[in-house]
Amino acid sequence: MEYEVIIGIEVHAELSTKTKIYCGCSTEFGGDPNTHCCPVCTGMPGALPVLNEKVVEYAVRAGLATNSTISRNCKQDRKNYFYPDLPSGYQISQFDLPLCSDGKLDITVDGVTKDIGITRIHIENDAGKLIHDVYTGGTLVDLNRAGVPLIEIVSEPDIRSADEAVAYVERLKGILEYIGVSDCKMQEGSLRADVNLSIRPVGQEKFGTRTETKNLNSFRSIARAINFEIERQKEILESGGVVYQETRRWDDEKGEGYAMRAKEEANDYRYFPEPDLMPIRLSEEYIQSIKETLPELPEVRYKRYVEELGLPEYDAGIITSSKLLSDYFEVAANECKNAKAVSNWIMTDIIRVAKELGVEYDELPVSAIQLAHLIALIDNGTISGKIAKEVFADMVETSNDPEKIVEEKGLLQISDEGAIKEVVDKVIAANPQSIADYKAGKDKALGFLVGQCMKEMKGKGNPQILNKLILEELSK
Amino acid sequence: MAISSEEVKHIAALSMLNLSEEEINKYTNNLQEIVEFANKINELNTDGVGESTVATNAFNVFRKDEPRNSLDRELLLSNAPTSNGEAYSLPSMRN
Repeated sequence: MEYEVIIGIEVHAELSTKTKIYCGCSTEFGGDPNTHCCPVCTGMPGALPVLNEKVVEYAVRAGLATNSTISRNCKQDRKNYFYPDLPSGYQISQFDLPLCSDGKLDITVDGVTKDIGITRIHIENDAGKLIHDVYTGGTLVDLNRAGVPLIEIVSEPDIRSADEAVAYVERLKGILEYIGVSDCKMQEGSLRADVNLSIRPVGQEKFGTRTETKNLNSFRSIARAINFEIERQKEILESGGVVYQETRRWDDEKGEGYAMRAKEEANDYRYFPEPDLMPIRLSEEYIQSIKETLPELPEVRYKRYVEELGLPEYDAGIITSSKLLSDYFEVAANECKNAKAVSNWIMTDIIRVAKELGVEYDELPVSAIQLAHLIALIDNGTISGKIAKEVFADMVETSNDPEKIVEEKGLLQISDEGAIKEVVDKVIAANPQSIADYKAGKDKALGFLVGQCMKEMKGKGNPQILNKLILEELSK
Repeated sequence: MAISSEEVKHIAALSMLNLSEEEINKYTNNLQEIVEFANKINELNTDGVGESTVATNAFNVFRKDEPRNSLDRELLLSNAPTSNGEAYSLPSMRN
């Protein structure tokens, strides 16, 4: 049977404020355990939370950038549950009056563009972290993350496949990075996705029972968890079984999802208005002033890259999907004035290197300026494209400037016609058969001769001059 | 509104508490009294009073995004029944 897949995604993004949502403790990642904590974020009785104004501003920015309606009047609510990573016994979130609602984003998959609705964006605090204690077999609690501000972005069930889901989260991540409200470092958990998924036979109106797979923190695991869950639900339905509504986790190592225990899942949050925090009222002027500070969004950059800089649509899409990558492109293209070359290097080498090293685009061993200088060396004929790949590999390893590498390794391109001519003469004299082949119409022979000359010059010959000289020689 | 022992069991389960039958009876009665006390507020005449979620007229009470010193870790952990000096320590949450 053919099934339709219905997916809605909740994305949690940590906001890049300096301090936590309700206290002045640092939000910095990776501090010693329990050193960014105070009575408020550890839930001491009597401690009074006070809302960080930047949290409101960032959430409104996110709302405006996702075409959402910004609420003029809203409040915060307590969501009660007991778990050791939540010291107060409740999360402060927003229940019926979120800061933003009714937004949308467009995504493009396989050349088809569609809108994904955004139900709401609300603010809340993150929980702490539980660590398994290998010495005692017990559990350790680090509350540095408790109280870090989050926005939760809830999509409509408009997503129909793993590809669309990934495109949606990529798009959202791009926007949040662009507007500077979250660093979206998925490996550090500052952006994570919960996937709600159900399937129904094509043509059936009634939705199937949905499951929620929580805390997916890479695009790869989002896609894999979705495909796993689609297959799992299909198998159940095909064999006449029933899908249970449940919360699930994803084991990326095993490539398997599994249901959380029913006990962990006892959801009865008993929301009520947070009595310690006053309502939030936003004026037209306030919202307008934030609107005015929004930077160029990815779709605007995309358009500029394609229309003004002549990049292929595919390349422009990939580059603008990440603010950091797009910033890298901007800096490099500005420096060397060869946008297409920068785009080519990004698509072939920069993305690969970032993946291999597992670093963000602002942590690459080759800076945007260095890449621009490498491209300039090719463009002004100092080195060949082939040598440039070699120089690039060296730059990745040493972070040295390309000029320095070229000089130290003696990789300067040979553009002296006399020197090249000598090599050409030598190669032609040594390969009479190839000359005969070429004259008999075998074009391949030309490539062979060029290759032999390059080999003689250790790849440093200027290809244009070399080609010209060989052709001159052959047409004699 | 009457509190049933089933509700007490439900709340205990949410709070990860294991209660004896005796305790369930005791807390059912306690909660019943608390709810009855809170019910007194329903005796007030609120005709013409608008809905509100807080007891004051304050709104937009914000704090600047400026870091402040956190608590000394030793002091923080001195509130915990058990710690390993760096973190709160608990029985395993894996099972």
